[in-house]
Amino acid sequence: MRILAIESSAITASVAVVEDDVLMAEYTVNYKKTHSQTLLPMIDEVFKMTEMEPESIDVVAVSVGPGSFTGLRIGAATGKGIAFATGRDMVEVPTLAAMAYNMYGTDKLICPVMDAKRRHLYAGLYRFNKSGEVENIKEQMLISYEDLSDMINKMGQSVVFIGDGIAVAKDTFIEKLEVEYEFAAAHMNTQRAGSVAMLAKAMVARGETVPAEALRPDYLRPSQAEREKMGDNS
Amino acid sequence: MENNEDVLILAIESSCDETAAAVVKNGRSVLSNVINSQIDIHTEYGGVVPEIASRKHIENINPVIQMALDKANVTLDDITAVAVTYGPGLVGALLVGVAEAKAIAWAKKKPLVGVHHIEGHISANYIEHKDLKPPFAALVVSGGHTHLVHVKDYGCYEIIGRTRDDAAGEAFDKVARAVGLGYPGGPKIDKLAKEGNPNAIEFPRAKVDDAPFDFSFSGIKSAVLNYLNSCEMKGVEVNRADLVASFQNAVVEALVSRAIKLAEDMKLDKLALAGGVAANSALRNAMEEACTKKGIALYYPSMGLCTDNAAMIGAAAYYEYINGTRHGWDLNAVPNLKLGERV
Repeated sequence: MRILAIESSAITASVAVVEDDVLMAEYTVNYKKTHSQTLLPMIDEVFKMTEMEPESIDVVAVSVGPGSFTGLRIGAATGKGIAFATGRDMVEVPTLAAMAYNMYGTDKLICPVMDAKRRHLYAGLYRFNKSGEVENIKEQMLISYEDLSDMINKMGQSVVFIGDGIAVAKDTFIEKLEVEYEFAAAHMNTQRAGSVAMLAKAMVARGETVPAEALRPDYLRPSQAEREKMGDNS
Repeated sequence: MENNEDVLILAIESSCDETAAAVVKNGRSVLSNVINSQIDIHTEYGGVVPEIASRKHIENINPVIQMALDKANVTLDDITAVAVTYGPGLVGALLVGVAEAKAIAWAKKKPLVGVHHIEGHISANYIEHKDLKPPFAALVVSGGHTHLVHVKDYGCYEIIGRTRDDAAGEAFDKVARAVGLGYPGGPKIDKLAKEGNPNAIEFPRAKVDDAPFDFSFSGIKSAVLNYLNSCEMKGVEVNRADLVASFQNAVVEALVSRAIKLAEDMKLDKLALAGGVAANSALRNAMEEACTKKGIALYYPSMGLCTDNAAMIGAAAYYEYINGTRHGWDLNAVPNLKLGERV
């Protein structure tokens, strides 16, 4: 089974093709150009390098969020367009759970964090079980630096943080955390389509695919206009 | 079966709050034209909320495209090229259509043609009037745009006049809000104005110094707001029908006088209206009268082709396609794309 995975939830644009247990290609760019300019040329390049046709893909996986609203939609629309044209189903891969795959093999609690602004993070808590599957300890959520620190303290287990949220929340973590913690190395900190494809593979095995028209970004946060209407500004 | 020489364009439009797709044959024949309007959602907020519009686009785009293909009774394999609006418009909204169109074109190995939204509005006239050919004068009036254009040839435009501040449709929306008519203002003012006296109140016909073809609508809008304030202070009840009829009259007169001047100065015997405000009945009537007097042939699209739709994008794309325009997989949304500009 061949999976095309697309990741554009934050600054990183990343594309990967996984066939069964083989990562055939992965292309990641962390540069100022917009995803609109980079993502499809990257997909085109990956297919050329691996001498594949679009029809040879079995399923299209997209990192659906949370993240930059516009970035999520560029990834979703690109994936939807390819799935529409090829008649394939899609996989809605949770961005933070996919990031946990960057730390595959650790027995620690994994906490991917993305900067959600206003002193909040998009975060989740994951752990790999003995059969190598990622378990959701806490589903991805929108949470303040302090509340996340409290939540981890209550669990009382050592934790490894990954993601761009470290840069903004590090001082709070250092001040608040009472458990053993570490920050992942730079090369593990960015979103990777290879990780998205690995989680997608497990989701496909569980039958968790959706028709292309049903795929939705998972923003975790209403639009500003909706928040103001509800009188909430977090 | 389609003739092999026929050019079938799948066109996608998502520049504002309508998710739209269409299949157009040879630039003039509409095989399908599907529009998913979000107007009910945005009405709750008193205007288009860009983030909400973008969120609705991503939910609706695949079913809208599927419906366009089904109604045209074609598949993607029958399509010659994929076209998409890449500007001007709301950047987040544009990006959904652009990313989707690029991905479909890439996966089906079809040429990609990016289209300017206003060129689309002008090209809506090609669908309605099979005999219309450039050169002609065009007045493009909508919620986001007010342009006087010399259409020299297919795909060849010169902007002769533009608004210096608010677009005409924007002025309609703001005045409608001030008198409590709500959003969208154009159709509501058009309707109420029919009950009012267009000469009841004298509003300024704002001219722009040294630019005889340019428009300024913020002055008229401010005059309406000042009039409302002074009535309130004096405790005088406002005749809303007279007020909006007089406002509309001032806007229409500015539009008509400059459009006619353009046609006369450039010696053009054809004038085309385009854009959402081209659906305004007072504008159509006044323009009809002025054109008849001057011997100018007036063209305008039917109501459904005046507002945002993808058929007009397919019409514009056809002429771009046969002129050789092809865009790459790095095509980006350009929110402030200029008319006639090629990216």
